[in-house]
Amino acid sequence: MRTESPGPQHEWLDGDAGPVVRPYTLTGGRVRSAVGGFDLVAFVLAEPGADLAAHPELQPEHRRLVELAGRPVPVAELAADLDLAVGVVRVLLGDLLARGVVAVHQPPRTAYLPDNDILKAVVSGLRAL
Amino acid sequence: MDSVRYDGERARIPLALKILIAGGFGAGKTTLVSALSEVRPLQTEEVLTGAGVGTDDLSGVETKSTTTVAMDFGRITINEDLQVYLFGTPGQDRFWFLWDELAFGALGAVVLADTRRLADCFPSIDYFEQRGIPFVVGVNCFDGARRFSLETVRQALDLDPEVPLVLCDARDRQSGKLVLIELVEHVARQRGEPVPAA
Ligand SMILES: Nc1nc2c(ncn2[C@@H]2O[C@H](COP(=O)(O)OP(=O)(O)O)[C@@H](O)[C@H]2O)c(=O)[nH]1
Ligand SMILES: [Mg+2]
Repeated sequence: MRTESPGPQHEWLDGDAGPVVRPYTLTGGRVRSAVGGFDLVAFVLAEPGADLAAHPELQPEHRRLVELAGRPVPVAELAADLDLAVGVVRVLLGDLLARGVVAVHQPPRTAYLPDNDILKAVVSGLRAL
Repeated sequence: MDSVRYDGERARIPLALKILIAGGFGAGKTTLVSALSEVRPLQTEEVLTGAGVGTDDLSGVETKSTTTVAMDFGRITINEDLQVYLFGTPGQDRFWFLWDELAFGALGAVVLADTRRLADCFPSIDYFEQRGIPFVVGVNCFDGARRFSLETVRQALDLDPEVPLVLCDARDRQSGKLVLIELVEHVARQRGEPVPAA
């Protein structure tokens, strides 16, 4: 199994890779948010009192994120809805978090080991599909 | 459920369980995620940059060409407090670093095997075995593929006896759902607490 990090970028540019893009233009070149990585299934929720008018520096994409997060939405779903790369959404969320406009709820550390009641609920929920 | 968290008095934050759908190229990952997801099949993208990951400062990256890799993504709502998220893994070895992120905190994985190209799922099996992530193998029954007995497939894949191996049709929601149930029951068994039949 190959576990080394990916090679020079030209090796990525084949049929499996997506189009060549410049997605980080939106974040001014920042690829890491100031506040660490948000899990793909961390839930984002807009703060009720959030006043976006107080933050004219925010981009339209920031504002869309806040709108979508009117109910708890996971990071991966926000990225899909906005059609933005997850890494870009993470940076934008970091901006929003720093301004107190959203709250981000990371999954509990034990999410991979839910208790038996939860597993039972999942099985019966799946059976009902 | 004691898993439910609250954001102040305002909203209940559901528990999200992550299940990975892995397997070789063309094994049916996208098909399975679409068949199971209650939302239109979504794709999330991750960006690959020339500087690679693990680099915090990529000043100037906005002017470098980057490329994206798409990950299939689907959702199954169990109840208002509990959601299952399915993530299809990118198929290529060079995207392993994305797998690590996807696998972090995952409940388990489904490895799809295509009997015409069994070896294509070896890397996925190795990956989950090495990390101790529970997985089941779904043998996706393509039209016209020779039928092998499950025992033959199990031997060819050199699977541990406790790893469930099931036939499936990735296009069929009911079939896919049975594979997920098999996985959740396997996770429960591994913890020594069998889920009683409902
Ligand atoms: N006959 C048959 N075809 C399938 C099945 N699952 C997937 N396919 C087809 O196989 C092709 C590849 O599937 P896809 O989901 O894109 O594979 P991926 O590369 O693993 O995402 C598609 O044309 C599917 O329609 C199956 O269970 N039976
Ligand atoms: Mg696919």
